[in-house]
Amino acid sequence: MSQTLLISIVLAPLIGSIIAGLFGKKVGRVWSHRAAIAGVAIAFALSAWVLKLVVVDGQTYNAQVYQWLQAGSLSLEVGFLIDALTAMMMVVVTFVSLMVHIYTIGYMHDDDGYSRFFSYISLFTFSMLMLVMANNFMQLFFGWEAVGLVSYLLIGFWYKKPTAIYANLKAFLVNRVGDFGFILGIAGVLMYAGSLDYQQVFDFAPAISEKTMTLFAGHDWSVMSVICILLFIGAMGKSAQVPLHVWLPDSMEGPTPISALIHAATMVTAGIFMVTRMSPLFEFSETALTFVLVIGAITALFMGFLGLIQNDIKRVIAYSTLSQLGYMTVALGVSAYSAGVFHLMTHAFFKALLFLGAGSVIIAMHHEQDIRKMGGLKKYMPITYWTALIGSLALIGFPGLSGFFSKDSIIEAVHASHVAGSGFAYFAVVTGVFVTALYSFRLFFLVFHGKERFDAHGHPPHEPANVVTMPLILLAIPSIVAGYFIGPMVFGDFFGNAIMVHAEHDVLAEHAESFDGAFSFIIHGMMALPFWLAMAGVGTAYYLYLKRPDIPATLQQRFNWIYRLLDNKYGFDNFNQTVFAGGARAVGTFLWKVGDIKIIDGALVNGTAKTVGVISSLVRQVQSGYLYHYAFAMIVGLWLLLTYFVA
Amino acid sequence: MIALSDCLILGALLFSLSVAGIFINRKNIIILLMCIELMLLAVNLNFIAFSHFSGDIAGQVFVFFILTVAAAEAAIGLAILVVLFRNLSTINVSELDRLKG
Repeated sequence: MSQTLLISIVLAPLIGSIIAGLFGKKVGRVWSHRAAIAGVAIAFALSAWVLKLVVVDGQTYNAQVYQWLQAGSLSLEVGFLIDALTAMMMVVVTFVSLMVHIYTIGYMHDDDGYSRFFSYISLFTFSMLMLVMANNFMQLFFGWEAVGLVSYLLIGFWYKKPTAIYANLKAFLVNRVGDFGFILGIAGVLMYAGSLDYQQVFDFAPAISEKTMTLFAGHDWSVMSVICILLFIGAMGKSAQVPLHVWLPDSMEGPTPISALIHAATMVTAGIFMVTRMSPLFEFSETALTFVLVIGAITALFMGFLGLIQNDIKRVIAYSTLSQLGYMTVALGVSAYSAGVFHLMTHAFFKALLFLGAGSVIIAMHHEQDIRKMGGLKKYMPITYWTALIGSLALIGFPGLSGFFSKDSIIEAVHASHVAGSGFAYFAVVTGVFVTALYSFRLFFLVFHGKERFDAHGHPPHEPANVVTMPLILLAIPSIVAGYFIGPMVFGDFFGNAIMVHAEHDVLAEHAESFDGAFSFIIHGMMALPFWLAMAGVGTAYYLYLKRPDIPATLQQRFNWIYRLLDNKYGFDNFNQTVFAGGARAVGTFLWKVGDIKIIDGALVNGTAKTVGVISSLVRQVQSGYLYHYAFAMIVGLWLLLTYFVA
Repeated sequence: MIALSDCLILGALLFSLSVAGIFINRKNIIILLMCIELMLLAVNLNFIAFSHFSGDIAGQVFVFFILTVAAAEAAIGLAILVVLFRNLSTINVSELDRLKG
């Protein structure tokens, strides 16, 4: 595997982004999207080649390609670490990105910021590749911040829309909280391992795990737990885990293609990827794993509930994303990293598919996003209908589709785990299956079946252009088949040395023994509880939203307090708004009114001037202007001096 | 016989008189100039007295220089006075308070 190959993968989207962004006006719309798509297509093709080199030929790569700066013993470098985990991520990122690029031609067709949009999503692809291909923490952090920046730019893409500006600011600020933990974690790594290079840090891990540090007087903390929890706080920000999840639903203010690319398929999985990459560290800290597990379980279950009452088509899918990210985090918490990453991959395909399908519906509905004003779209939009059905079935874990394999392996891993908190996590993920099925099919039935509740203005909705439907079809394929890689990826040694699991945590190993092929896994899954819960969810959705649409309204009135709790999103937003935003404003007002106006302006600046004024108004009395006064003063002065020196 | 101390006392009296004249006088700026001249003369008297009683002629030579310079000074002082009067139409000291801050 040559260095040139890897650099080309990274730079191709960057060049596309520069052409579309800086020269977009000059080269025009068509050449902007051609340049951006060409860049990502090259990256995808080369990534696929890299995956082939890694998987088939067994090659890996880990080297520095450029030294940025050297300060004492600290060396900041750009380097690539390519193994099965990286290669898989690269293919997923570039594939979904390519689909979204193509889709954007149709979705953003009439937008003034066409070239700018292509520039941003290509820049995102570059940043994400830098993140996953990094071989050191510095580059990881660079990619981490760069994807955050692009996410900010894209959520606020329609910068004249106040809600979009509010949402992108919120996303940026919430991510800052996570990144603060993340950079503290990196600082901890540097402090105790003395290096930022992954391999050197991992070699140091056993030594670090024996150390303790004193955070508060009298309490010794394991250094590894502190570092891992801090790193995971970074992941909580990026991967939208409770309580730092609040930005993700609001990020739906951005255009739909980026909801698919960034806020569902790739960027939000950066945290999952990072924890997996750091598995040699997390394995040494049961405390951190329990923390990860509990946070993930809470996210998986409670964010799913919120999806039940949303009426915005994109927000339902956004809460579903939160819930699925919770599943991945749970997998990390029970040390089933490969199952988590496997779910990451399948989720990337079917969630991108669902979002793009939602975008297709939004185009047909002339940018109406309220599912109460849709319905009966099945006959107008057959391609969108069937691909959305595949996506939804994959999401709820219908046997045979990709989501089934990944979700079931997570549930079984949690079941087998003995880490503290795994009991609660098992309850959460199993209940989550029912909830997932319920909200997914509520959305599906309300949009595609039932009465037509939209106002067509005489033009019946129709399937959008080919550039929109083709990515749907291309994403539907891996949404179906990606699950069949479960053998090598979850139970085999596909990831090799990329993921490290201690023997006592290895919950997948016992399943690996009984695993004999994907089809018996399906048969086995169809007899298990999660499958029946999923079917029950679909049935409930069918009954509530197609057969008896009056029941949900009655339920809403009967259980008004639950509805209000969910509608307020458990009060996270209000809490943040009151405590953090309000507190910051109160501190600001205090500093402004008291600190600035009273102390600095009043006491220091004007006070100095006033004191000088008072003193001078006294002193000026002495300066009468009469010669004889001055002469008198001179004589008296002379007399005093003489007295002093002579006497 | 006139002693040295008599001369010095006379000089001191003349000097004090002129100092008092400078800051007690509130009327006429010409009196001010005259007081300054008187001050110089008091000093000259001291020079002459010391020169005479110590038998050194140099002190008396100095007096000639001082008288010359004083004459020139008086000329300049009067010239300034004339200009001042032209501009302010007064030579009353208590009205000349332009240095006041």
